[in-house]
Amino acid sequence: MTHTGTADENERLLIRRIKNGTVIDHIDGGEALNVVKILGITGATQEALSIATNVPSRDMERKDIVKLTNRELSKEEVDRIALISPHATINIIRNFKVCEKKGVEIPTLIEGIVRCPNPGCISNTNEPIQSKFRVLSKGLCCYYCDWVITKDLTSYII
Amino acid sequence: MATRHIISIGDFDRSGIDRLLDHAQQIDRKKYDKNALNGKILAVLFFEPSTRTRMSFESAIAKLGGTSLSVGSVDACSMAKGETLADTIRVVSGYADAIVIRHPKEGAARLAAEFATVPVINAGDGAGQHPSQTLLDLYTIRQSMPIDKIDVALVGDLRYGRTAHSLASALSLYNARLHTLSPTGLELPDTLVAELADKGMEIVNHDSIDEMIGLVDVLYVTRIQRERFPDSASYFNVASSYRITPELLSDAKDHLIVLHPLPRVDEIDPRVDESPHARYFEQSKNGVPVRMAMLMDVMQ
Repeated sequence: MTHTGTADENERLLIRRIKNGTVIDHIDGGEALNVVKILGITGATQEALSIATNVPSRDMERKDIVKLTNRELSKEEVDRIALISPHATINIIRNFKVCEKKGVEIPTLIEGIVRCPNPGCISNTNEPIQSKFRVLSKGLCCYYCDWVITKDLTSYII
Repeated sequence: MATRHIISIGDFDRSGIDRLLDHAQQIDRKKYDKNALNGKILAVLFFEPSTRTRMSFESAIAKLGGTSLSVGSVDACSMAKGETLADTIRVVSGYADAIVIRHPKEGAARLAAEFATVPVINAGDGAGQHPSQTLLDLYTIRQSMPIDKIDVALVGDLRYGRTAHSLASALSLYNARLHTLSPTGLELPDTLVAELADKGMEIVNHDSIDEMIGLVDVLYVTRIQRERFPDSASYFNVASSYRITPELLSDAKDHLIVLHPLPRVDEIDPRVDESPHARYFEQSKNGVPVRMAMLMDVMQ
């Protein structure tokens, strides 16, 4: 008999538990790298970062997981994730224990995360402003020029 | 009290538009205080060429007892030295009681409103918004007929023409039906069409002006720019098929009005000027009372 293990066991095999930090779970399958990008975590980060993609899941067909050690993400940071993965859950870990568990909420306004695709927009110049988008049901609407991003959002992440 | 800006026609609801047009009508009937803005200064920041918009704003402030300041040509101002628009706006806020701005970049007026400490009026930002033009377009329509549920044709460059975009958005508040006729590649942007459809607006696309002319109450003609075409021959081919002539108008409804934000080039035959349908010079003249109402709205 071949032991295939449960989804939880598979997950534990893929990524070790962390002592302190943030675990972002239930990310839509294949979106983990975009989650990292939208959080502004680059290769120069000091924290240990673990990413598992396409992990079998009980609730979802497949999911991604991101674990970030020694850094607790703020609500504003994690809400950005909702733009690309609205089902994600955030676990704040302290001394190996889950101290806080929360979902992500789609923000009404996002600043400095997404670039306006309109080359004629004032936000794509040297003005001392950050890009700013209102989050609408049809997509992201540039606060300055009203350009609406309806698809391929991740390709416009700064 | 928060500073009041006029950046986009989308900042108005229907009652706000009606109130402003009612005020413009009172001004048109000479029922206004000629010293309403006595001692007030309007900064006229135009970073793009303009004749009608600029002069009508200058005329409007003068008629209300105020004065205007301008930077002259773009080459002569500090932006030519690399100053950001944000800094220019902060500085000019110290010199004037309101700023009217035209700029080639979309969203420039909204940025100006963020940095200004005085009211900002958008006089056109790139292919974006031009609310004062839309208000005077509506005012001109209202002089001839109630705006509710009318059939309005937009003809010409509907992709880059900011006046057509703003007018279409405003007409959606009045349950108007939109008819469009534009060269291939210069149709209304998909995002705008979707937005108008969301608001319940019916949009009918036409292939020829002949099939459309008998159906509409307002014919709004915009300039087709020569530079949008690969060569002169293809431009003239398209331009001639969209030309408004007295012969074409013989099939129009009696009360049809022809509007154009001007300047026109080849779109309207000069013989149409004498026709009772022609309203584009009246439309241009209406820029003054409408902009007077706008200035009083934000500066008083």
